[in-house]
Amino acid sequence: MTETRLRIGFIPLCDAAALLVAVDKGFAAAEGLDIELLREVSWSNVRDKLNIGLFDAAHLLAPVAIASSLGLGHIKVPIAAPFGLGVNGNAITVSPGLHAEIIEAADGNVLDPLVTARALARVVEKRKRAGAEPLTLGMTFPFSTHNYQLRFWMAAAGVDPDDDVRLVVLPPPYMVESLASGQVDGFCVGAPWNSDAVDLGVGRILHFSSEILAHAAEKVLALRSPWADENPDAVARLVRALDCSAAFIEDPANRGEVAALLAAPHRVGVAAEVIERTLEGRLKVAPDGSTRTDRRYLLIGHNGAARPDPVQAAWLYAQMVRWGQAPLSAELLAAAKAVFRPDLFDAAVQSKGTNATAPADTALADGIGGFAGPAFDAEDITAHLKFWAMKQR
Amino acid sequence: MDASLNIVIVDDSPVRAAILQEGLREAGYVNVVRIEGTTKLLARIYAIDPDVILIDLENPSRDVLEQMFQVSRIVKRPVAMFVDQADSASIQASVDAGVSAYIVNGLKKERIKSILDLCISRFNAFSRLQSELEQTRSALEERKVIDRAKGILMKAKNLSEEQAYTLLRKTAMNENRKIAEVAQSVVTAAELFK
Repeated sequence: MTETRLRIGFIPLCDAAALLVAVDKGFAAAEGLDIELLREVSWSNVRDKLNIGLFDAAHLLAPVAIASSLGLGHIKVPIAAPFGLGVNGNAITVSPGLHAEIIEAADGNVLDPLVTARALARVVEKRKRAGAEPLTLGMTFPFSTHNYQLRFWMAAAGVDPDDDVRLVVLPPPYMVESLASGQVDGFCVGAPWNSDAVDLGVGRILHFSSEILAHAAEKVLALRSPWADENPDAVARLVRALDCSAAFIEDPANRGEVAALLAAPHRVGVAAEVIERTLEGRLKVAPDGSTRTDRRYLLIGHNGAARPDPVQAAWLYAQMVRWGQAPLSAELLAAAKAVFRPDLFDAAVQSKGTNATAPADTALADGIGGFAGPAFDAEDITAHLKFWAMKQR
Repeated sequence: MDASLNIVIVDDSPVRAAILQEGLREAGYVNVVRIEGTTKLLARIYAIDPDVILIDLENPSRDVLEQMFQVSRIVKRPVAMFVDQADSASIQASVDAGVSAYIVNGLKKERIKSILDLCISRFNAFSRLQSELEQTRSALEERKVIDRAKGILMKAKNLSEEQAYTLLRKTAMNENRKIAEVAQSVVTAAELFK
């Protein structure tokens, strides 16, 4: 087997685990891949360096892969995503002050996102009447699951994310200090930043994103489509290496070792203990030390997270339309779905006999599991859009 | 060339920003403002109402600028990235240099081409300067260590300065190491024998 050299960009986050462990535990080398990992500071950089060919592949926000393919917000570069690096993994954290206001306004169990969203609506109304500044909430990128999760949540109770609150992009490393200084009242971000805010006593976790959407594609392995077409062998090897790596990560017996690998300064660079809790889905949610556990908090390999699902791409595209980032058309929907490539995943793992990671979740009828609204139909996103357009008014 | 253009530089390196600012001034652009830090970055940018925004690629705040593409209440004017599909060489050159440019929609590409070229050359000049500085700094460090080692040898073996240096150089040649490395060993050993 000839050795193939690949340059792959990543952002230091827990959901880059499959990629990082594939290199550090030798799964990539076993497939004859010599991977150079390049750590980046912004999604814009990752996107641009992948687009112009400085990277062969990248750890990328799933919505950015779609936006790039549709030419939204930036130049149009068709992307192929043959592997899902992570599903879920975000959380909504709010300041202790906003948390208290939401608790006071809530009329039910605050573990229920609909209860908290309605409470948020009351807080927003109250502030409006008092002539106060609107609430400001941080998220990581315009084309991000964080953005859509926040919007989906609040809009379910009639809060208009563009009119009633301010949504601002903040690089994750600045989230916690922005919450502490009162620049934002809350945020939606991935691990480890929610835990950081809780540990410092400046925030409380209101919801795991898995409580809002049971299954949401978060990060994908992104390749330029033409490159994927020209290098089928390298793609297959890379997918197999990631598949083995994801299965290794999801095995509880390996959790300590995985956390230690990811904790290294040139990888994620966060305390191993925090990474371990993230992988277990056991997070401290309040400064008093109380925890919440959800096995779905972050899925790497489990529940079919590794196999790209075009239904996820359709849902993300529907959010882009819903929030005015993309026009609605059957062609764009098809193009969005075509970014997620289960065919490449299947071809790669079938040549090995079987995939190492677990198959898809059959518990979710629509593959999304939104906490509110009708089941999502990837063939007919207009039904989804119509329902939510009515709700908002 | 349009000297009246408002240009904002977002760069946490004051030296590099100064080099770029100076270059732009020399080229006749007088309205150049540098902003740093992350607090209310977009609000500050909107307050200046720039025609062009330049940001270094080591800056995580680049993702904040991407929000300007989104139509929302806090956005006064949509902004587009200068480099377009037809100009991939420009993208390559700017990414290699470590700088990215954003322009307000509607500004003609030709008018801005010179600014980006200037950015790229100044960013590259800064990198060169930085590596030269790094070399100078390590040369200085090496000389300090060699001086200390000489002092230790002169005292311990009752040598002249020249003899001490000759000893260091000979040892380095025999062991196929750099003089600074041998000197460092002498300093370390002397610390241990203290």
